[in-house]
Amino acid sequence: MGRTLAEKVWDDHVVRRAEGEPDLLFIDLHLLHEVTSPQAFDGLRQAGRPVRRLDLTIATEDHNTPTLDIDKPIADPVSRAQLETLRKNCADFGVRLHPLGDVEQGVVHVVGPQLGLTQPGTTVVCGDSHTSTHGAFGALAFGIGTSQVEHVLATQTLPLARPKTMAITVEGELADDVTAKDLILAIIAKIGTGGGQGYILEYRGSAIEKLSMEARMTICNMSIEAGARAGMIAPDQTTFDYIEGRPHAPQGADFDAAVAYWKTLKSDDDAVFDAEVVIDATSLAPFVTWGTNPGQGAPLSSSVPDPASYEDASERLAAEKALEYMGLEAGQPLRDINVDTVFVGSCTNGRIEDLRAAAAIVGGRKVADGVRMLVVPGSVRVALQAVEEGLDKVFTAAGAEWRHAGCSMCLGMNPDQLAPGERSASTSNRNFEGRQGKGGRTHLVSPQVAAATAVLGHLASPADLSDTPVTAGAR
Amino acid sequence: MAMEAFTTHTGRAVPLRRSNVDTDQIIPAHWLKKVTRDGFEDGLFEAWRKDPEFVLNRPEYEGATVLVAGPDFGTGSSREHAVWALQNYGFKTVISSRFADIFRGNSLKNGLLTVVLPQETVDELWALVEADPTAEITVDLQDRQVRAEGVTADFELDENARWRLLNGLDDISITLQNEADIATYESGRPAHKPSTVQA
Repeated sequence: MGRTLAEKVWDDHVVRRAEGEPDLLFIDLHLLHEVTSPQAFDGLRQAGRPVRRLDLTIATEDHNTPTLDIDKPIADPVSRAQLETLRKNCADFGVRLHPLGDVEQGVVHVVGPQLGLTQPGTTVVCGDSHTSTHGAFGALAFGIGTSQVEHVLATQTLPLARPKTMAITVEGELADDVTAKDLILAIIAKIGTGGGQGYILEYRGSAIEKLSMEARMTICNMSIEAGARAGMIAPDQTTFDYIEGRPHAPQGADFDAAVAYWKTLKSDDDAVFDAEVVIDATSLAPFVTWGTNPGQGAPLSSSVPDPASYEDASERLAAEKALEYMGLEAGQPLRDINVDTVFVGSCTNGRIEDLRAAAAIVGGRKVADGVRMLVVPGSVRVALQAVEEGLDKVFTAAGAEWRHAGCSMCLGMNPDQLAPGERSASTSNRNFEGRQGKGGRTHLVSPQVAAATAVLGHLASPADLSDTPVTAGAR
Repeated sequence: MAMEAFTTHTGRAVPLRRSNVDTDQIIPAHWLKKVTRDGFEDGLFEAWRKDPEFVLNRPEYEGATVLVAGPDFGTGSSREHAVWALQNYGFKTVISSRFADIFRGNSLKNGLLTVVLPQETVDELWALVEADPTAEITVDLQDRQVRAEGVTADFELDENARWRLLNGLDDISITLQNEADIATYESGRPAHKPSTVQA
């Protein structure tokens, strides 16, 4: 019987398999950041253990880092202490670290791929659930807890029970105004936040094959929001081209050998998935969330649903609580929802293509009165590229704030937060209660919807912009 | 880290009638700046606890050690702090019809037993402890069974995870017993695999 992509990568990493035990898997790449590693390093110290494979380990700072005044000491002493703890741990154990201010610093899931460290057929872990991002390269990549971080530091392996596999097949062509973000939000709404629980997802089909690497990363990034630890896409020429020439890509004969192996990494025609979901790409439209979990989403052209329409009692209750928290009424058109803040950034949508897409829409236009728009590149490299292309000037001319790289407003760990009751359109990944700051209300959107929303002040897609942008020369 | 062993536990229970309780609710992000594994009890369900009517604030549930939660408990972030917060607060076990994968893995590594029961059984347990907050629930890992007045329900947990929990075994020590297997695997890795060493 044939094997799925996930099964092939899994099998290639089994260090030990024994009856009645989880498989012991080798980990090719371990990414670290300041939040989930301190207790793991403490564990190593207490047991007197070294980091087994420094050559497969790399750290950066992202969750706590401010996006303004990065040359000044970090104001929050607790955040500062956590960053200093990472620096000390990396120095003590010899781990490569890219701290705030370094040219390779950025959101950990943006940094790995741009360095060329994320490669097909590798196992990638990080103490962060959005590690699923790296699955876009045909890597088996998943988030782990701090105990597992310690386990990988000490042994470069993890004992794991093999998950089931689910194919998510997206056939047909996405309409011009439908992005990878709309697609993944629609998938999550369809299968639910627990739908992928226990599975590794494989996204495939003609619509997926046409996507750029960055769009693929957006999709795999949010696999966890469907309950799946990992999501994967079979590597192809798009993948190989993206990797070639990056600092840690294989060189010369190694690259050829790698590509020969990478080409074997696809599900066999006779592979059997434990579950399959089929999505018609042509049926999709710009999609936004209205609730407090990423599965509570709907097409932008629709309205806030009526909780009474849910048959399942717990879903009905969840919808009622969500509307109460979000301050929304059943039946209210989603386009009528006004926002205070627009956030473009995060490991979901903080890469150069996302910034280009947003800049193309706000360029020559103005952010609506009373709306704050934050544009936060996912890494210093992304920021430098954006500056080279003049995108920073496009954003600031429109009245948006151009910030330094970091997780920023995706989560309430640094100064970029919503105030209680404030509402955002955010290109990040989670609309949980208080995720972007206590009492904050989050609508998850694509960069295109975020940009159009910033201009109009209410949830909107680029198609809603009736005006012609003022060109730079005419201003 | 050595783990707390779990054999059997009997205690009063809190009915948490919410689905999709994500880890941002269990422990908000600003608590994640701490660099220890303890001191998270005040952060547990911090936003909801501001409401005096929230079930954890009700005096009749004070000192309860069993959390009976709605489906999809622990979704979202991989933060192990969510497990530590539940344990720091005093919970020994959580019962739900479905847990998020990463949360479940984290809980079992720390000796917080997460028990999966059918939603109908969860409904029965909710009804029981709402009608009588002094009712006790026994979670017996030896027999893989949950018992309470009028409820006897077997639960599944794979034998390996059960063995590690019953004995409070440290995963890293177990893995390092297979050091030779790891070394063998390492020696056979292809040259094209990525390295973080800077040229």
